[in-house]
Amino acid sequence: MSNFITGIKENNSIIIIETNGYLNNTGGDAIATIVYEKIDQGHSKFLINLGNTKIVNSIGVSILIEIIEKLQSVDGKLGYYNLAPIVSKTFTIMGLTKYSTVFESEEQAVNEI
Amino acid sequence: MKKPVVELKLPIIPNMELIATQTAEVISRHMNLTDDQSSEISMAIIEACINAFEHSKVENNVFIHFIIEEASLVIKVIDQGIGFDKTNVEIPKIENKIGTNERKRGWGLQLIQELMDSVEFESNDEGTTVTMKKNINN
Repeated sequence: MSNFITGIKENNSIIIIETNGYLNNTGGDAIATIVYEKIDQGHSKFLINLGNTKIVNSIGVSILIEIIEKLQSVDGKLGYYNLAPIVSKTFTIMGLTKYSTVFESEEQAVNEI
Repeated sequence: MKKPVVELKLPIIPNMELIATQTAEVISRHMNLTDDQSSEISMAIIEACINAFEHSKVENNVFIHFIIEEASLVIKVIDQGIGFDKTNVEIPKIENKIGTNERKRGWGLQLIQELMDSVEFESNDEGTTVTMKKNINN
């Protein structure tokens, strides 16, 4: 596991990935590696806890767009929770919220994704 | 009176943009900007630095000037790279990127323009200067 990924857990068949630090290209790649492995194992719903990721760049977020595209091919879903305001704003500007969902909490995310 | 200016010189090394964001946070606190304003400035600097790094040769540096004005913070990100023609940069849309062969990247200028109060680009074959302004009272 990379330093950026601090945890991977499963709840109701939903894979929850926890991150820490800067979501840049290497952070995005670390998330993608896990998601693609789990897709191969049959999973299709993913949540990312970004509570400890207060800063992102557009390259890292672009990798999330690649993940969304991949998930569309397996009728999957991607969601996030615990977003810092600037991360949420960045996701909105880039349009991620049209194809994935921002939740307020893990409980809401697990129940509604 | 001469405006206070903070100047940084960054080598082209991965994640050096975070040095600029840390400097921006200190200046934002000095200017009593809100946390949201500070975060927006940091994000815009990250994107401007990434563009500057990509357009520059490894042996070049990127220069960042923070100009503290009475009612605004002006940030200049200056590279010595190959330059670009802004008229050739299309506004990215996620609808055009998902399910197509269009590259997923290319959001930097859009983010900078959305997050800052004004942005100007000067570019030629000797480099690019991005001048971004955040007004204090927004």
